[in-house]
Amino acid sequence: MEKELLTLVTFFPLIGAVLLLFVPKDRPDSIKGLSLIIAFVTLIFSFWLYYGFDVMANGMQFEVNIPWISSLGINYHMGIDGISLLLIVLTAILTVLAILASWNSITTGIKGYFISMLLLETGMIGVFCALDFFLFYVFWEVMLIPMYFIIGLWGGPRRVYAAIKFVLFTMFGSLLMLVAIIYLLFEYQRFSGVFSFDMVKIIDDLPLTYREQLWLFGAFALAFAIKVPLFPFHTWLPDAHVEAPTAGSVILAGVLLKMGTYGFIRICLPLFPEASMAYLPYISVLAIIAIIYGALVAMVQKDVKSLVAFSSVSHMGFIMLGMFAFNVQGLEGSVIQMINHGVSTGALFLLVGMIYERRHTRLIEDFGGVAKVMPVYATFFMIVALSSIGLPFTNGFVGEFLILLGTFKANVVYAVIGATGVIFAACYMLWMYQRVFFGKVTRAENEKLVDLDWREKIILIPLVILIFLIGIYPKPFFDRIEPAVNNIVAKVEKARSLAAESGRESQNKFFATDQAETEVVIDSKEPPNE
Amino acid sequence: MDITSASIDFGIIWPEVTLLVAAAVILVLPFFRITTRFSPAIAFIGLVVAALLAANQWDSPNSGFYGMVTCDNFGVAFKLIFVLTSGLALLMAHRYLAARGINRPEFYALLLISSTGMMVMANTTDLVVIFLGLEVMSVPLYVMAGLARRSLESNEAGIKYFIMGAFASSFLLMGIALVFGAAATTDLRRIVADFSFIMSSSQPYLVAGVGLLVVGFGFKIAAVPFHTWVPDVYQGAPTPVTALFSVGPKAAGFAAILRVFTYGFVDLEVLTTLFWILAVLTMTTGNVLALRQDNVKRLLAYSSIAHAGYILVAMVAGGPAGTSAAIFYLVAYAMFNLGGFAVVTLLETRSGCQSDFSELAGLGKAHPYLSTVLALFMFALAGFPPTVGFFGKFYVFSAAVKSGFIWLTVIGVLNSFLSVYYYLRVVKTTFLDRAETTFVPVRYSPAIIVVLIITAAGTLGIGFFPQHLLEFSQSAIFAFL
Repeated sequence: MEKELLTLVTFFPLIGAVLLLFVPKDRPDSIKGLSLIIAFVTLIFSFWLYYGFDVMANGMQFEVNIPWISSLGINYHMGIDGISLLLIVLTAILTVLAILASWNSITTGIKGYFISMLLLETGMIGVFCALDFFLFYVFWEVMLIPMYFIIGLWGGPRRVYAAIKFVLFTMFGSLLMLVAIIYLLFEYQRFSGVFSFDMVKIIDDLPLTYREQLWLFGAFALAFAIKVPLFPFHTWLPDAHVEAPTAGSVILAGVLLKMGTYGFIRICLPLFPEASMAYLPYISVLAIIAIIYGALVAMVQKDVKSLVAFSSVSHMGFIMLGMFAFNVQGLEGSVIQMINHGVSTGALFLLVGMIYERRHTRLIEDFGGVAKVMPVYATFFMIVALSSIGLPFTNGFVGEFLILLGTFKANVVYAVIGATGVIFAACYMLWMYQRVFFGKVTRAENEKLVDLDWREKIILIPLVILIFLIGIYPKPFFDRIEPAVNNIVAKVEKARSLAAESGRESQNKFFATDQAETEVVIDSKEPPNE
Repeated sequence: MDITSASIDFGIIWPEVTLLVAAAVILVLPFFRITTRFSPAIAFIGLVVAALLAANQWDSPNSGFYGMVTCDNFGVAFKLIFVLTSGLALLMAHRYLAARGINRPEFYALLLISSTGMMVMANTTDLVVIFLGLEVMSVPLYVMAGLARRSLESNEAGIKYFIMGAFASSFLLMGIALVFGAAATTDLRRIVADFSFIMSSSQPYLVAGVGLLVVGFGFKIAAVPFHTWVPDVYQGAPTPVTALFSVGPKAAGFAAILRVFTYGFVDLEVLTTLFWILAVLTMTTGNVLALRQDNVKRLLAYSSIAHAGYILVAMVAGGPAGTSAAIFYLVAYAMFNLGGFAVVTLLETRSGCQSDFSELAGLGKAHPYLSTVLALFMFALAGFPPTVGFFGKFYVFSAAVKSGFIWLTVIGVLNSFLSVYYYLRVVKTTFLDRAETTFVPVRYSPAIIVVLIITAAGTLGIGFFPQHLLEFSQSAIFAFL
């Protein structure tokens, strides 16, 4: 059973989607019920993965590796480490909540909607499990189709534009990634004599020249950077987030963006360590621009949903900044922040969706004094907003603290500038909160607002629990991430020392001095240990 | 091995003979005042028998008719592609032709004769026989394009196709004449054997001749800049005929091109550059012009040009990998392109439907399953996994990367990125746009349902499990008899 568990988690939603085809479309309650059950069973499977996961073990677990298209060495190779594990659980949780959140808000084409949701879940979990480049690419692309329909059919007024923009942006990056993947196939064949798309083998064995690394890193990084989205590739995000239905935004922000950062961690860093170092200053600077630009733009938004969307740009910048610190703290913070962002931003989108269902507006100026009318809602919103800002004892603090710590060790300037983003986050979030919830009830419509019902509370409670759990006792999560992060850091360190030996000069002065400093630190530490 | 085997071996042309006999029966029946109701059935049986006979020739390469006919796995693979295409076009055609009042037995006979021509074209190494096959294929096609005699567009399509086609044929013939002048033979095997001698003695004639051959074949596969006839002919011809146009003659043209240029003149280095340029032009022109079409048939016409460009990429890659990628892509393309045309055919059985974009609006509401299938074909054309369209492109591009054509591959994927936009426009109109007028529901016929099931199952099934088709296309290689 253990062996098939990963396949089961991935394809159970697909089986569910096929089952849904046979439910008559005039029975909406059965459709909703069945899809909820399927998503819930998938969640249980993912918990089973979590408990079956060996914290001590190093490397991939629950591996399945069987030939799929043998002429080209394409295998059905699935396996997870701690990073993928947490993202899978997050995906499963958010899908259940997204289905619950769509309960009343989706009124047309219910069958197609829930089928798309479940197909999307298969695609997303598949991306996090795939250990074969071909398989990874298939899952990566497959999830575009249901998302296209979710935005395009059930979205807001500019949904068609947003949906096409989303697909075209993602496609552009991923097609170049495809060329890079094919190139890797033939490089590996030249090197080892066999066709293989195996991610683990290629990452461990294949020697790439510096030039090749630079090109290939570029191709992969473009695909991932569009997905993250890193400044200046972020322009699809506000459109897609704002126009998507609530559940669509939750999945987009919660999981889809993580596929980009996950790609960086799983593929770019270990496969192209030297190129990663070469690109480090550029990506760090773009990440810092994203942090500050996202926050500033968020501050002037009139629409709460686009405010949350731009805050995503800012938060994803933090994740990238931490990742490219190339040390354990930065990477661990970055991974945990991926989870945090999924939880907090997912919750924010859900909250915005709830008020939108009541008032059919999301403009800040239409609200005011909501806390008096909807106290429970205001409390939930406060908790989530604070976690998004990164208040101590909430999840956001743990992630951002580690990221800044890691970045500080690598480059003080980046850390100092990046840290201002936290202050900006407090500005836009609290200012928005103040205008929406405090003061007098200025509009007559707002006086009759009904507070959250039991369904909505059920949706929010698990997320709030996660916010505090990660904020107060994050150890179980770090235990699972740590071996994977150590592996990546080891790879990068090895490349760094190789680069130092061969005397390859980095073009960036800042980076060069940094490198020298860290080496000195390592040297000075080592003698006492011996 | 003796290259001029002196036997006249009918065994290697049984599939062709079967199709001709079936065509003859269909044509003769009316003389005996026997009802013509059975002509589609006769044609269908003829195709099935021909397919079985062709399948029987697999893995037993043979040559006959004094070396004029070569029946190897490559040729057999193409025979099967032609039978599949003609069979699906035939199933599409019946109801459509009846609805338009042009359901005449000649159509089925012409279809079979044209398929015979394609088979002849793919199963020879002699330039003259290739030309013979090409004409046998083309003349019925000219007639079929103008089948709807009372429709101005159909007449225009027929005449346009005929005049342009005749032009291309004359180029081809002139090319063959020049090659003959240089090499003193039209048999590719002898040309390959004596290539260096021919090059040293009469290079200018050979190169000029080969250039004219490129023009002639380029017309048949609708490579840019020989594509100008495509949009009007595709739009004007009856839709099932257009479906046939978009796959059959194109595949036959590629069969000839692969034989002539990746086997016959493989040592002529300038050809690689030439086809590199043709591939880039064809892909880019097709995709760019498709962006702003407002008619689905016209859009599919431009998209078929673009797809010819992708197959040219495989051809540029060359070698066994390129050939098998081209064959794989042709089969895949036959599946989803014919599927797309089947949906258009079904829509056009309603009176007054011109397949403009605006007429698609509301289809998603009225026929959710049909529009899902249409969306599947569009995603396949755009190259999304898990459809066979993705694996086909992947295979073509990997052949190109393998041969070191990385920039060509990058141009290819960027083109396929462009194409996503207009294929998604079809999906968008089907599902997302609101109908201005009430959508007139379509009436399914059993035959078209069979076509849709075959093509949809092929598009998804081969997409998930491409291994068998991959092995098939890898074994479909030239035999040097």
